[in-house]
Amino acid sequence: MKVLKIDKKDWAGGIQKAHKAYRLYGPVQVKDKGFSEFQALGPDAMPDMTATDTRLSPKSIAFPPQEVMMVFTTDENSELCNQMQVPQKDYAPRAIIGIRPYDAAAFLLVKKNFDTPEYRDPYWCDAYEACTFIGLAVNTPSALDFSTSTKSGPFDENGLDVLLVDTGNHYLAKILTDKGAAFAKSAAWETEAGAAGEKQIAELKASAEKQIRATVAFDNIQRQSIMSLYEADFWEEVAFACINCGTCTYVCPTCWCFDIQDETHAKCGKRMKTWDSCMYPLFTIHTTGHNPRGTKVQRVRQRFMHKLKYFLDKYEDGIMCVGCGRCIRSCPVNIDIRKVCDIMNSYSAGADTCALKK
Amino acid sequence: MQNPYLPYPVRIDQIITETEDKNLKTFKFVFLNPQDEAKYAYKAGQFGELSIPGKGEIPIGIASSPVEKGFVMFTVNKAGLVTNHLHNMKVGDVMGIRGPLGNWYPWEKLEGKNILIVGGGFAFTTLRSSIVYMLDPANRSKFGTIDVVYGARSPGMLLYKQELIEWEKRDDINMHITVDRTDDPDWKYNVGFVPPITEQKAPQGDENTYAIVCGPPIMIKFTQPVLEKLGYAHDHIIMSLENRMKCGFGMCGRCNIGKEFVCKDGPVFTLDQINMTPREY
Repeated sequence: MKVLKIDKKDWAGGIQKAHKAYRLYGPVQVKDKGFSEFQALGPDAMPDMTATDTRLSPKSIAFPPQEVMMVFTTDENSELCNQMQVPQKDYAPRAIIGIRPYDAAAFLLVKKNFDTPEYRDPYWCDAYEACTFIGLAVNTPSALDFSTSTKSGPFDENGLDVLLVDTGNHYLAKILTDKGAAFAKSAAWETEAGAAGEKQIAELKASAEKQIRATVAFDNIQRQSIMSLYEADFWEEVAFACINCGTCTYVCPTCWCFDIQDETHAKCGKRMKTWDSCMYPLFTIHTTGHNPRGTKVQRVRQRFMHKLKYFLDKYEDGIMCVGCGRCIRSCPVNIDIRKVCDIMNSYSAGADTCALKK
Repeated sequence: MQNPYLPYPVRIDQIITETEDKNLKTFKFVFLNPQDEAKYAYKAGQFGELSIPGKGEIPIGIASSPVEKGFVMFTVNKAGLVTNHLHNMKVGDVMGIRGPLGNWYPWEKLEGKNILIVGGGFAFTTLRSSIVYMLDPANRSKFGTIDVVYGARSPGMLLYKQELIEWEKRDDINMHITVDRTDDPDWKYNVGFVPPITEQKAPQGDENTYAIVCGPPIMIKFTQPVLEKLGYAHDHIIMSLENRMKCGFGMCGRCNIGKEFVCKDGPVFTLDQINMTPREY
């Protein structure tokens, strides 16, 4: 694995060169709003590498809030009347510059849902496969960052093709995959940093990881049965303040739930995939009016059980959370997933009841 | 792998109004591209998404049987946006179907066993598919006794009446048709709710007997204790669940009961399995 050294004076030039081979995405300051978002970068635009974190995760690059899946006509004179057609999609190479390691890790978790042995969501998978992930290590983690507890971390390389490390006057670029090497070539990043570069990355990594104070544990959640946690007595309390606004699900890099909706204008129509949220009663309501998750408590429980228990049991590969801290920052009523995880992990009444029953 | 969201185009070949309230219609579909029929190879118990451009999609159990060729058939209750629109469509109209989706009744495990089928109301569709499958000359010898308890509110609300009458005449299937009430003096079958009729007519449960139960929640609620009393173990009671669905193959996230998706890991579960999941259906 090569480490390259990029002088910041040459950074803009390299990005300009990469523009020719890739559609570039990166963090951009949103005017007068005080936050950044991942956006497609215009030909002259540069990614804002100083942004501490984006308000939303970059999940929308493979999972847009609204995406046309199919188009159709209801014109009876057309021989394709009422027959769905998949529109031409552009899956030319794209590169996400400045994605944080926890957000790249989230792509791998979401991939478990959209790319399965039986079914493949072509929209997500094709977009994902078109992406090259040029990550930016987090030198100064925020107080909400608990990514080291979730199999990620401020310098984690999982899911990245290149890891960039900001060292002040230059970036160190650790090339992790062939895709990463191809990007470096297109940007004309060539100067090798050698062993000194590796050492500097290791030092900065240790320093960043040391700054993360927040941790979560889920070892006991793993041992408990689904029913014991589901029937636990703390859910009313956890959900009490929740207003079911759904913000946590929109800002979350690992939330993938979606809806399918048709839109028609005159005789032309499209079938769309749109973001949905388990926080809303409409998510699960039956035509009869019956709703299996009709109350707020049921919906809040679903969100945390899905992330911290169902996913854990289903894939046996950790929780469905990368520790970015966005839901904690954005929650209007201060619900903290670290605290909920702790409540779930400390719960033991269920285990005792089971033992007694036997 | 093919795009799982993309429906196969089909033409409505026949529409049968099944019930006296005209709320249930059976739609026979023929694939516009004949090669799609082979791709739609299904087993009794699976479902499909009926797809109407501009309206949306609705998950419905497949009522035709794998042994019936040349068409697929769905019986649809008029209830919401898509089904209301479907009920107004005509023979010859083109729409889409996706699938087959979900798992099926465990036919591999059921071979050599006695089968009790308990159905109520319009949840009889995949049960009809199952009965036609088992009664097929190529399959009948694979199963022991077959008992069917099927009830509806009134004689006019029973589905597939012609077939019910034919099955009544056969000696290799024991039919126990019932209605909640009737003022028809010529009604020669049972009168009463499904649970008590099951208690009177169904065979005792044992290691070699499986019950497949489909019906409205109230029927299931009162049938379960009856089956327990008859000696059916929870892993011998097979049920098909319903939930709000969109994708139908375990991705959109709404139909889960615990870590299982009703659309992909179900809709068929044993009561034993259901007991270990949150009852969010």
